[in-house]
Amino acid sequence: MKVFMLGWEFPPFISGGLGTACHGLTRAMSDLGVEVVFVLPKPFQQTANDHVRMLTPLQVKPQTVTSTQIATSFVQKELKHVTFHAINSALQPYATPQVYQQQIEQLIHQKATQEQFKAINGMEEIRHWLSQEPSVMGQPGHYSGDMYTEVHRYAASAVRLAMQEQFDVIHAHDWMTYPAGVAVAAISGKPLVIHVHSTEYDRSGEHVNPMIYDIERRGMNAARKIIAVSHMTRNIILARYGITGDKVEVVYNGVERNGDAAQYNKIGIRSDEKIVLFLGRITMQKGPEYFLMSARKVLEVMDNVKFVMAGSGDMMHRMIEMATQMGIGGKVLFTGFLHGKDVQKVFQMADLYVMPSVSEPFGIAPLEALNYDVPVLISKQSGVAEVLHHVLKVDFWDINEMANKILAVLKYPPLQLTLREHGNFEVRKLRWSDAAKKCLKVYQEMTQGG
Amino acid sequence: MPSVCFYFQVHQPFRLRHYTIFDKTPNYFDDFRNASICRKVANKCYLPTNRLLLDVIRRYEGRFKVAFSLTGVVLEQFQQFCPEVMSTFDALAQTGCVEFLAETYYHSLSFLYARQEFIEQVNMQMQLIQKLFGQTPRVFRNTELIYNNQLAETIEAMGKFDAVITEGADHVLGHRNSNYVYRPPNCKNLKLLLKNYSLSDDIAFRFSNRQWNEYPLMANKFASWVNRINGNGQVVNLFMDYETFGEHQWQDTGIFDFMAHLPREVLSHPDNDFKTPGEVAEAYPAMDIVDVPHIISWADTERDLSAWLGNAMQSNALHEVYRLEKMVKQTRDDQLLADWRKLQTSDHFYYMCTKYFADGDVHKYFNPYDSPYDSYINYMNVLNNLKARCEQAVPGQAPRNSSIEQ
Repeated sequence: MKVFMLGWEFPPFISGGLGTACHGLTRAMSDLGVEVVFVLPKPFQQTANDHVRMLTPLQVKPQTVTSTQIATSFVQKELKHVTFHAINSALQPYATPQVYQQQIEQLIHQKATQEQFKAINGMEEIRHWLSQEPSVMGQPGHYSGDMYTEVHRYAASAVRLAMQEQFDVIHAHDWMTYPAGVAVAAISGKPLVIHVHSTEYDRSGEHVNPMIYDIERRGMNAARKIIAVSHMTRNIILARYGITGDKVEVVYNGVERNGDAAQYNKIGIRSDEKIVLFLGRITMQKGPEYFLMSARKVLEVMDNVKFVMAGSGDMMHRMIEMATQMGIGGKVLFTGFLHGKDVQKVFQMADLYVMPSVSEPFGIAPLEALNYDVPVLISKQSGVAEVLHHVLKVDFWDINEMANKILAVLKYPPLQLTLREHGNFEVRKLRWSDAAKKCLKVYQEMTQGG
Repeated sequence: MPSVCFYFQVHQPFRLRHYTIFDKTPNYFDDFRNASICRKVANKCYLPTNRLLLDVIRRYEGRFKVAFSLTGVVLEQFQQFCPEVMSTFDALAQTGCVEFLAETYYHSLSFLYARQEFIEQVNMQMQLIQKLFGQTPRVFRNTELIYNNQLAETIEAMGKFDAVITEGADHVLGHRNSNYVYRPPNCKNLKLLLKNYSLSDDIAFRFSNRQWNEYPLMANKFASWVNRINGNGQVVNLFMDYETFGEHQWQDTGIFDFMAHLPREVLSHPDNDFKTPGEVAEAYPAMDIVDVPHIISWADTERDLSAWLGNAMQSNALHEVYRLEKMVKQTRDDQLLADWRKLQTSDHFYYMCTKYFADGDVHKYFNPYDSPYDSYINYMNVLNNLKARCEQAVPGQAPRNSSIEQ
């Protein structure tokens, strides 16, 4: 089995859970002997903290460089069967979607004449779609630098890459890669699986971006199978995108054991201060304001608590202002986006991890917290709540109850102890190898079934 | 000649309302929920089963007998929420074929933590039974059949009882079986009645299980199993929750028909009869001494305390509630005392059980909380408030080293 996998980010170039999920999944697939070609857009200049050393694809020894120079290929040591292609998007920085559309059409034409490619219907569909795209966006001219342009640039390059590869299945992660997935499927005639890590409804609530919604819906329609990260996400796919239930499988994410848990135990002198942690993008979807409102309620009862908000995002400045307005500015610390070791450090310091997400398709961070022996409080509006029992759960809007539970963890040590003990045990049952096996089963059903 | 001895446990806890750390009022109990559960179970189980038993007792003119153990807290709730249930129990009491057993008023684990409090609660329950049904219990059963040698000694020392009841756990019986009357070590007169868990669970748990190879269980089949004991036992102790009838086993499983026909099938064998626990203790001699140095109970497969005392939260909550004993009693505040005692009901700790929690089994069915953690948080918040009330009443008497309200 060989998979042509389309991703958007991959460690260490990550901004969220998607990269972590792709890493875990591909690694487990590699262990199962599944060959994966992983395509991702080459990262731009990292704007992150200087003290974190970043690896770029170019630092890894190239294995094969494709003749057209559209991509850099490399393999990571731990991922035996995975080849990476980082698309060098800087090649044509000022191109418009129309240019890419022309290129793709040219390619489709070539391919069709050369190999008597049969999926004419698919091609018609994709031509139609690509030609429609600019008008949907409603903005003529240059789109350089914006997300949609990147998405299409990525799609065009992916199609070119796909023509040089042999594979059985196409697997696309999240909306940015759906157009690429659909295009590659049309050209290769191979079945497409799309993996929904989040939907536009999770990210934007009811104020969806119609453009992104459209990309998602088309991707879901074009896919042979859809993998959802939770039943909650599956329900959204059925209810909001009009997909039939037999097409959608649920595959829960896993978590990798980061070594021996004992080494992360809090050793040494600790200050009297308790630390409650928020870790994630500071954006509407993650419910940062509910965290702050609960924090204020907690501080009414207990003084020796600090609330740490780790992450960055479009609501960060508003949250800083909000904390100040509520008069708890001195009790809330904003760290900005954290990488690798810093994430580990902040988890080790925390007495409780809170994920107050308004809509969280899955939520890998709580699993990581449990891995670090940190008790977890999550919103009931998260997919991970379906699989975790030994955690505290609360409705994201119920700040009274959220504060009540935060206080309980801080005040009643046996609660913390029991949550930690059982939680750390439970999280070990969520393995990437199980997720990879389920994906493999989906592939096999598709390739055998037709 | 086996005597069939039925004893039914009747209990409902005072469930707590949702109580956060921000709540300040001393109203801890969820009256609405307790009333609706009480009425629901009354309509599904207590009323129809009481009527059925009354009918059967009258039909067999004294040859069919049963025993009940009613906790004080369930009787309080009957009086408060569904008094019609009280009148049917009263009618049963007046037949003369119904025996009432003694237990702690609050269905508590006080034997394990506060011996004097335990004795007070037993006396309270006995006084209530005397007042309501005109009977003084002669047989004792402890909460969840929790038992060891010490309990037997304590009960004998009270000087009020002929027998004590517990689980016929395999590991205490060894090669013996539960179908005889036994004696605890160090007891002169007190007898020990042991539950025949196999035949009891055939009715209480397996009755409606279609996977069970004996399904469906008919009264004549069950009577034939009782007859088989003939020659290898004197008594068949069928001890179970009363809610088995109509609540755990729904009416459409045929459980009521089974019960209606069972007396005739059992009595069709001339050597069989029905006896109450008190009559069994009187009629049969103790055959051997059963030594129970470690605590047993009738819960789960472990038959131990792990359902109430299996994790750090449960252990902490139990210690904290009993730690308040002295303070609560010093206040001489009856309302405070009653609230504190209602918090001792074992169900509160059962809800905190993490055993099998992820598997979603029987523990979940009886649990008003979404998780054991929620139940612990709620309980501790209530306990904190209770403690604050004590401190207001008796300033400067806070127990030290307490993990609550630092």
